[in-house]
Amino acid sequence: MLLQVRDLIKTFPGDERPVDVLRGVSFDLEAGVTLALTGESGSGKSTLLHLVAGLDEADGGQILFDGADVAAMNDRKRAKLRRRDVGVVFQQFNLVPSLDVAANVALQARLAGRHSPEADARLIERLGLVDHRAKYPEQLSGGQQQRVAIGRALAGRPRLVLADEPTGNLDEETGARVLDLMLELVTDASAALLMVTHSKRLAARLERRLHLAHGRVATRIERRAAE
Amino acid sequence: MSVDHTIRAAVALALFAANAAFGQGYAGLASDAEGFALPHPDYRLEFPADHGPHPDFRIEWWYVTANLEGPDGTNYGIQWTLFRTALRPGEAEAWASPQIWFGHAAVTTPETHLFSERFARGGIGQAGVEAAPFDAWIDEWRMWGPTISDVTLTAAGDDFAYRLELQAEGPLVLHGDDGYSVKSDEGQASHYYSQPSYLARGTLTLPEGEVQVEGRAWLDREWSSQPLSDRQTGWDWFSLHFENGAAMMGYFMRQTDGAPYAVATWIAPDGTGTPLPEGVLEAEPLETATVEDREIPVAWRLRLPPRDLDVEVRALNPQSWMGTTFSYWEGPVTVMGSHEGRGYLEMTGYE
Amino acid sequence: MKAAGLTAILSHWRRHPVQLATLILGLSLATALWSGVQAINAEARASYDAAARAIGGDGLPSLHQARGAAIPLDTYVALRRAGWLVTPVVEGTLRMTGGEVRLLGVDLLTAPPPALEGDLAGDVEPIDALGESGRLFAAPEIAARLASPDLPPVVAVEGVAPGLALADIGVAQRVLGEARIDRLLVLPDQPLGRPPLSEIAPDLEERAPDRQGGVARLTDSFHLNLTAFGLLSFVVGLFIVNGAVGLAFEQRRPTFRTLRALGLTARSLVTLLAVELLILSLAAGAIGMGLGGLIAAALLPDVAATLRGLYGATIEGSLTLRPAWWAAGIAIAVLGTAVAASGALWKVARLPALAPAQPRAWALASARTRRLQGAAAALLALAAVVLAVAGSGLVAGFLMLGALLLAAALLLPLWLAACLAGGQRLARGALAEWFWADTRQQLPGLSLALMSLLLALAANIGVGTMVDSFRLTFTGWLDQRLASELYVTARDDDEAARLVPWLEARADAVLPIARTDQRVAGAPAEIYGVADHPTYRDNWPLLAAEPEVWDAVAAGNAVLVNEQLARREGLRPGDPLDLPDGWRTRVGGIYSDYGNPAAQVLIGLDELYDRFPDYRRGDYGVRIAPERAEALRTALVDDFSLSPDQIVDQAALKRLSLDIFERTFAVTAALNVLTLTVAGFAILTSLLTLATLRLPQLAPVWALGLTRRHLAALELTRALVLAALTFSAAVPVGLMLAWVLLSVINVEAFGWSLPMHVFPADWARLALLSLLAAGVAGLWPARRLATRPPADLVKVFAHER
Repeated sequence: MLLQVRDLIKTFPGDERPVDVLRGVSFDLEAGVTLALTGESGSGKSTLLHLVAGLDEADGGQILFDGADVAAMNDRKRAKLRRRDVGVVFQQFNLVPSLDVAANVALQARLAGRHSPEADARLIERLGLVDHRAKYPEQLSGGQQQRVAIGRALAGRPRLVLADEPTGNLDEETGARVLDLMLELVTDASAALLMVTHSKRLAARLERRLHLAHGRVATRIERRAAE
Repeated sequence: MSVDHTIRAAVALALFAANAAFGQGYAGLASDAEGFALPHPDYRLEFPADHGPHPDFRIEWWYVTANLEGPDGTNYGIQWTLFRTALRPGEAEAWASPQIWFGHAAVTTPETHLFSERFARGGIGQAGVEAAPFDAWIDEWRMWGPTISDVTLTAAGDDFAYRLELQAEGPLVLHGDDGYSVKSDEGQASHYYSQPSYLARGTLTLPEGEVQVEGRAWLDREWSSQPLSDRQTGWDWFSLHFENGAAMMGYFMRQTDGAPYAVATWIAPDGTGTPLPEGVLEAEPLETATVEDREIPVAWRLRLPPRDLDVEVRALNPQSWMGTTFSYWEGPVTVMGSHEGRGYLEMTGYE
Repeated sequence: MKAAGLTAILSHWRRHPVQLATLILGLSLATALWSGVQAINAEARASYDAAARAIGGDGLPSLHQARGAAIPLDTYVALRRAGWLVTPVVEGTLRMTGGEVRLLGVDLLTAPPPALEGDLAGDVEPIDALGESGRLFAAPEIAARLASPDLPPVVAVEGVAPGLALADIGVAQRVLGEARIDRLLVLPDQPLGRPPLSEIAPDLEERAPDRQGGVARLTDSFHLNLTAFGLLSFVVGLFIVNGAVGLAFEQRRPTFRTLRALGLTARSLVTLLAVELLILSLAAGAIGMGLGGLIAAALLPDVAATLRGLYGATIEGSLTLRPAWWAAGIAIAVLGTAVAASGALWKVARLPALAPAQPRAWALASARTRRLQGAAAALLALAAVVLAVAGSGLVAGFLMLGALLLAAALLLPLWLAACLAGGQRLARGALAEWFWADTRQQLPGLSLALMSLLLALAANIGVGTMVDSFRLTFTGWLDQRLASELYVTARDDDEAARLVPWLEARADAVLPIARTDQRVAGAPAEIYGVADHPTYRDNWPLLAAEPEVWDAVAAGNAVLVNEQLARREGLRPGDPLDLPDGWRTRVGGIYSDYGNPAAQVLIGLDELYDRFPDYRRGDYGVRIAPERAEALRTALVDDFSLSPDQIVDQAALKRLSLDIFERTFAVTAALNVLTLTVAGFAILTSLLTLATLRLPQLAPVWALGLTRRHLAALELTRALVLAALTFSAAVPVGLMLAWVLLSVINVEAFGWSLPMHVFPADWARLALLSLLAAGVAGLWPARRLATRPPADLVKVFAHER
């Protein structure tokens, strides 16, 4: 089992009283499987993603990555996990504005010490960014920027890709194309995918779906990829 | 090197002229005396006038050494030297005087050697010599009395002082040919006489306190304008008093080629001086000591066959180094062997 | 990992070259001013050291004849022959092209060896140095200028103090035309059995070696002044660095988060940023050192002139840059960067990997930050008060100054916020309201630059007020002190006896200036006898006095003391005062005595004659109608055959004094301008960087129907408003600075205080200057905004940022 989440609890300090965002979420994710996290705004889906990425610390429960408890890791170990085993795609793209497309794509792989120029070149080709490789993020459209972000997440050959509303900043058509590309690449890489989205339509494209409501898992939907 | 230090050193060099640099720096001095008077074999010394200075000659000294003994039998030595050197012949008023004076004084005990040095310009009265009544001085250091045979000798440094009464028991002794003393085969010469027979008595002030002393003292008087041949690197000079009443002066001008130029005067107990032919006195270093990073012979064998003299001369204190602007070794010695006695040894030019 | 991270971080600068230039330039300027001042100080100190070494005798006690008369040669010889190891010195002045040098004659045979670097061996024969022709020894650059057919040949020797020529005493006496000895230095090691001085030379007195110390102490205050200016500039420069670094970090905050999210540890990130800053500070430090060398070289001649004129201390006119200076300069650049960037680095270290990743308005200062600044300002102000009350000494004075200035700087944002809030309340119309509100919102981003402007303006006002107060007081005081039209010196008593009746027949009054050097209250002091004459009664610059004080002084019942003595001993009119020989008298009044480091007492002329018969005589002030002064002067030379150098006329003396004064503050003025320039630059860079960040805030206003030109005009106005408000705060701060300089620093440094005068016209000029600086600084970003393609503004919406 690649990822096991058990009874995860997260509370944020609120204006008047603490807000319980996650109230005991449990699920498993096998290697190579794609999973959508859906739910209303404030249902805790983004928080769950951040906890899994080791970007934030849970107040209770366990996140086992390959059997190792992410919550028990120190900053250095969590950073290593993010560097080597996880790729993240943000809604805001979060590219480094001062690096060009090629450098942005290569960034995480280089941080992880797994950089392969040939693999990068293939990736950039598949992302359709060959003509843009020397451009800077501000010169790209939103869809192009998100493709760079996807490339960056996958260039390091992670075992788990986390995506937070990857198409949220894109128009529908562009969003669909970007998602297709991401799913294709994730599958080719045999990576697992955990994607947060508010769109059931997009969620339906993934193998499994968890619907969160009020900090708990409301529905679990399993589907065969062959369907 | 600083201005005044350079000048002091140059002045000292001009006088001693026994250092290797001499050969380059003052080459030709010996043959070309630049207007300075030269010693002459026909010159006959006249006293008391010749006790006074000879400003037309380049260099001159009044050189007193004494072997003394304290109440407990401890041996001491003292040195009192007044040097005169002329930057050019003659005299001039006040600061313009070309005459430079400097003094060295020392007290040697078996354990310590204390010394001091003074410099003075001629022409202003800070240093000088008058023949009669005799008075030689630099600063507060002084040698004076009604005649040169009856003088008081004083000197002081910041850690020693002495005051001695000197009474001559015998006559002056003229070295060489009636006081014309040849120093080399090339003919370098000086006018040179001594008073070897002072009885000395007085007080030494040492860091430990005052000591009453008595003993024998020796005065050397010498002036010249051409002290060394350029083949000569330095000298070893001995003045010895023997217990039988006789005395001897001998020096060896060390030469770059061959044996030293050896000169001696034998002084009988009655004070009669007999100059000996060149080369008769023989010397052989027996032991050296490391003094100021150089090896200096501090024990010698001296032989004078015509007088059946065969003695070992040994420094009272091997570290009798005069670390003055121009430095050299000078200290009391004891004499053992065919003749017993005491004396003084001066060695220059050891680098 | 490190390399990839560093590349990502450094790539920022390639995309923001102006920001990089700002950072480098700010740090370079800061380092330049600081290191320039340090180079000047180091040069001066080296010169003092060289002077002390070359004289060789400084640090030794010396023997002097009473009344400053020459010491007879016989006395010298008598001392030597008594066992006193002393060495004679004669001093004089030689003229040469481009100035004067001091000629120091020493007995080369007995003088203590000066430690010279140069080598004379082989160059000079003793007979040349000591003999009739003689030689002068001087530093190479002096030697060439000194050479003259009237003088002995000059030998160049490295290490002789600049402005000094050495010679044997015999040579020096011939050159000076006087066979005199001015003093005897007492050598360190003296022989046993030396009799007391009183038995050998009862006329001589032994003085402790305090002269050189005096010069060092006096010049110390001047150098501390320079150092303070250098430090001020450095602090202003650090504000720039802090701003630039803060901005660069703020702009890269999303990048930092991304890097953290991609797996860079916080520790690695901070290390990488520290490496980045180290590289930048080394580069900027090196540039700054180069600039500093140029500044020092440009200012050094003025400094040299000042020190020579004011303190008689000679320093070399050319600059030697020492390795220690380089090391110190680079170190301070690196340390300064570390200090300026520490806050930003701290924030990065604590930056959580996860945060709302959208760009925020730059460094929105919370009310908390402002409260903290207020508290810090209050603490600093308290420290300044404590220092003012409890501290003493020059360093405490400067610390107090520093505390006050920092407190003022920290209070500035509070003051500006209050003003802008007031403006907002008074505003009518939507646009005006938006203008005030938006200016307030920008305040945090600009406050550092404005603080540096405040400091520069305050320093300008403070130093300007001090200099002008000084000038006003000084010229008035010169008029009072130099009341006599001519000052005449007789060569000896005989000439004086003929001169006085001759003058009395031709002038309105002849006022003897008689003095004696004594010790008062345990320190050397000058005692002057003063004639009972309206010249003094009408003109003497009394600060405080009893009634009828001049009658009391003339009757021998009271004396006057100078301000320095009064301050040192805490004397006030009516206090008793003990003078030498058991004379207990009363302080009748206190007078100002600028420029004199020593204590001074004025007593009735008759008292001086009676009590100090060894007084120094021969100097006279001559009162005559000013238009007849020149004729009398001519007559003195032609008819009385006085040598022209025995006569000084009042106008020449005043001219000389004012000249010295102006040169003293020329350096200060130059540094003032440089500091203001740096502050102007700080504003420019802040506005430039804000301009880019502010686009999202301006775009909506533009979209609402304002032209870009209109927006640009508003931006420019904003810069001017902020500069004007800052200037309004700078005036009181500057006046406070002036007060501290005049009443605290001056008293500590020189022993006198000065009345403060204010010069509003200067402020007006400075206000215009600061508006100009802000205007120029605001113009460029405003112009960039006005000419910005509308597409840039549209993009703001397109990206939905």
